[in-house]
Amino acid sequence: MMHWFRFSSPQTFYPLAGKLLPWLAVAAGVFAIWGLWLGLFVAPTDFQQGEGYRIIFVHVPASWMSMVIYLAMAFWSVLGFTLNTRLSGMMCRALAPTGALFAFLSLWTGALWGKPMWGTWWVWDARLTSELLLLFLYLGYIGLTTAIDDPQRGDRAGGVLAMVGAINVPVIYFSVKWWNTLHQGASVSINGSSMAQTMLWAMLLMAVAFWLYAIAIALYRVRTLILDREQHTRWVQEIVQA
Amino acid sequence: MIWSSMHDFWHMGGYGLYVWGSFGVTAALLGLEVGLTRRQHQALLRELHAQQEQQHTEEWQT
Repeated sequence: MMHWFRFSSPQTFYPLAGKLLPWLAVAAGVFAIWGLWLGLFVAPTDFQQGEGYRIIFVHVPASWMSMVIYLAMAFWSVLGFTLNTRLSGMMCRALAPTGALFAFLSLWTGALWGKPMWGTWWVWDARLTSELLLLFLYLGYIGLTTAIDDPQRGDRAGGVLAMVGAINVPVIYFSVKWWNTLHQGASVSINGSSMAQTMLWAMLLMAVAFWLYAIAIALYRVRTLILDREQHTRWVQEIVQA
Repeated sequence: MIWSSMHDFWHMGGYGLYVWGSFGVTAALLGLEVGLTRRQHQALLRELHAQQEQQHTEEWQT
C-alpha cells in the first residue's frame, strides 16, 4: 500500500492524471447519453407532474455532486494538513469551480422546477437556503484562495474553510427530515426508492455521468495547477519545451 | 416511443420552458467549463514556452 504515496508527488501525478482523463471523459459521455436516452425517451410521464419532473435528471445529479465535491475538498484539506502534501491543496483548488458550478445548477434547475410545481422560483426553506449557503462557501473558498498570494498559505486558509464548511453538507442532506420544508423529502435511500424504475435508473446513470465528469475536469484543472506551481522544476521545463 | 411527435418532445407537456431551460443551461455551462479549462491549460503552456524561449535567447546572447 505504501507505494500509493508515490503519486502524492506532482511529478508522478501529472502523467497519471493525463492518462486517466480521456477514459473518464469518454465514460462520462457514455453514461450521460445512456441516462438521457432513458430519461427523455423511455421513462414515462409522471402522474402528478406530467413531463416537468424530467428536470430531476439534471437537478438531482447536480445537487448530489455539489455536496460530494465539497466533502472531497474537505477530505483533501484534511490530507493536506496531516500529510503536508502540496498536491492536496492543488486538488482542493481544482475541485472548487466545478463544485460551485453544480451548486449553481442545483439552484437554477431547482428554481425552474419550483416555479411550475410550487408556484414560486424561490422559498427560504431549509434545503434551498442551505444549498445557497453551499454556493456562497464555494465562492468564498475561491475568493479566499485567489486573494492570498502565497500558494501554501492560500491552501491552508482555504483548507480551513473547506473543513469547517463541510458541516453544511449533512445539514443540506438532513434538512428535509429535521425541518418542515417545501422541498420534498428523500425518495432514494440505501434500502430502496419510491420512484418508478426507469426514472430511478435514468437519474442514477446521470449521477454517475456527473461524477465521472467532475473527476475528469478536476484532473484537467489540477494538471494546469501543477504546471503553474512546479514551473521552475526540470521535469516541467522538459514538458514545456516539447 | 413515448413521444407522438417532435413537437411533443419540445413542448414537454407544457413544461418545455422549464425542462429545456434546465437541460440547456446545464449543457451550456458544462461546455463552457470544459472550454475555459482547456483554454487556461493551453495558455499556460504557451506562456511557459515563451518564457523558456526568452530565457534561451538571453543565455545565448550573454
